[in-house]
Amino acid sequence: MSEKKKLLDVNNLKMHFPVSSGGLLKRKVGSIRAVDGIDFEINEGETLGLVGESGCGKSTTARCVAQLHKPTSGEVLLEGNDITKVAKNELLKARMDMQMIFQDPYASLNPRMTAGSIISEPLQIYKNRGMLDISKAEIVEKIESLMEKVGLSHHFRNRYPHEFSGGQRQRIGVARALALNPKLILADEPVSALDVSIQSQILNLLTDLREEMNLSYLFIAHDLAVIQHISDRVAVMYLGKIMEVSESKELYKNPLHPYTVALLSAVPIPDPKIERERKRIILTGDVPSPDKERHSCYFYDRCPKRFDKCRNNIPALVDLGNNHKVACFLHHNEVAK
Amino acid sequence: MNNDIILKVDGLKTYFNTDDGIVKAVDGVSFELRKGETLGIVGESGSGKSVTNLSLMKLIPSPPGKIMAGTAILDGKTDIFAMTEDQIRHLRGNKIAMIFQDPMTSLNPFLRISTQMIETLVLHQNMNKKEALAKSIEMLELVGIPHPEKRVFDYPHQFSGGMRQRVMIAMALSCDPEILIADEPTSALDVTIQAQILELIQSLSKRLGTAVIMITHDLGVVAGMCDYVVVMYAGRLVERGTNDEIFDDPKHPYTQGLIKSVPRLDKPAAKRLFSIEGQPPNVIDLPACCPFHPRCNKAMDICRNTTPGVTILENNREVRCFLYEGDK
Repeated sequence: MSEKKKLLDVNNLKMHFPVSSGGLLKRKVGSIRAVDGIDFEINEGETLGLVGESGCGKSTTARCVAQLHKPTSGEVLLEGNDITKVAKNELLKARMDMQMIFQDPYASLNPRMTAGSIISEPLQIYKNRGMLDISKAEIVEKIESLMEKVGLSHHFRNRYPHEFSGGQRQRIGVARALALNPKLILADEPVSALDVSIQSQILNLLTDLREEMNLSYLFIAHDLAVIQHISDRVAVMYLGKIMEVSESKELYKNPLHPYTVALLSAVPIPDPKIERERKRIILTGDVPSPDKERHSCYFYDRCPKRFDKCRNNIPALVDLGNNHKVACFLHHNEVAK
Repeated sequence: MNNDIILKVDGLKTYFNTDDGIVKAVDGVSFELRKGETLGIVGESGSGKSVTNLSLMKLIPSPPGKIMAGTAILDGKTDIFAMTEDQIRHLRGNKIAMIFQDPMTSLNPFLRISTQMIETLVLHQNMNKKEALAKSIEMLELVGIPHPEKRVFDYPHQFSGGMRQRVMIAMALSCDPEILIADEPTSALDVTIQAQILELIQSLSKRLGTAVIMITHDLGVVAGMCDYVVVMYAGRLVERGTNDEIFDDPKHPYTQGLIKSVPRLDKPAAKRLFSIEGQPPNVIDLPACCPFHPRCNKAMDICRNTTPGVTILENNREVRCFLYEGDK
């Protein structure tokens, strides 16, 4: 793996949101540990899938990487440059290489802007700051080529978002993200709000663009089948921690962490014969609130395989060889032996 | 066999009058529901699956909505659409109960769970408040809520999403309905919670003998839960058959495309997914044609100017497509 260039390297990233009391003084009374110390990296041209249930910190992770939230601690290295500590100008430069696609194509497009001005807005912003040398005619040309690239007719340039369907709007969102020729796209649940037949169109579009423009994706979704389809590697998150990271094929064939196993068994498969034979592992209870510091394994409350050691120790993310890392004591013993 | 049919819907049409024209939200849907059976209604957003079921409860806001045609015969006797408002009120929540997608918006945030559950029971089952409370606690226990005798006095916000959906199910089943309509009951929930809720609906409907109409866009949920499946597109039924038939041998090009376009966990990831090109149609003033023809890979000339009728194939399977017109 070493010959591949690391594009993004995240080290011990933490994002704790303060909870303040009501009243005038707004004392800090606690914190929500949305992301609680995670490490991962994305190589050039690679797609890392980030999967987990709601509230596990997937979106916060993406927002911390984009510096939309200032992380509490930790490093975010984009091509070796720690963007958590750089000045604003540097950060703007870094963001040219890193763009986001959002979940809701209805909320993420300004209803009062035309499709063309939405797509060209990133170009305009950098032009106005003198960081990008581009003429008006070039911008128009760029808008039209981007629209064709994402499968929209360039005649739609002057239409407003409400004139498009959900799938077409998501295409506008993709075109906007591509406007600055980024290297990394942070896609936060880009297909979750779409219908099945439209979902496959957008997934195919993202796959094609990756090859055409040599993009890397941080692809966030809660749908494990979608993640399997698009990712080279997959990280499973729970309660602000990464539980397991591995090559996609390996993870789906040989899931090790009890949480990953349960998650995979809970996904319904569209085939009645298989569904009748399958045994589900039904996890009891809900995801606990991330509002206190934990001294046990983060999954302890719901784990069907917990034992004594898990109660007072937090398992580290250990590499079991062939790049399969897991944070579970059940499997760490095998390494020690 | 026919005696078991508790609900027979025939030729249901529900239209909405809007400024832009008439929206034919449901345009000719027929199906049967047998005792204890689970019927799945699958379709994309705007296909009319929710409106179909709101029509059955006569919950369509009117105006602008109107049930234009069709019958829904309950127990082989009464037509729901011919009932008076009084009779309907007796039906709702009593013989036919409904659970919705978002358990937060369908519970009243100002009232304790106890108040909301007792209300239904007192109204429909002639219980006094004390009996109703005891029954509520029993139902909450049945759906797996810990310490039901305490939790019954909580407010909806004190429950998590999955727990709220359990409360909804307890409430819906408290009057022992014959039919439970579940409108996307798990779409707002996480997969591990979804598995819990689906398991609960399945086991309770078996135990209580309730027939379930399961509305969903998730083919995986249908495959695991249902006996019969109705596939809808642009307000029309496009295909109907048993669960195995639909998944093993889908007839309509839309169903075929839908099944192929879902990424599956049990299959190695393909390079590209199959995808149905184009966008779903606008159902306002739909011309006479097959609504699916612009996206269909098997479209013929006739599809562009004639509306296909329902063809009945062997085993009582129904499909609305010209490809099978000759196979009658």
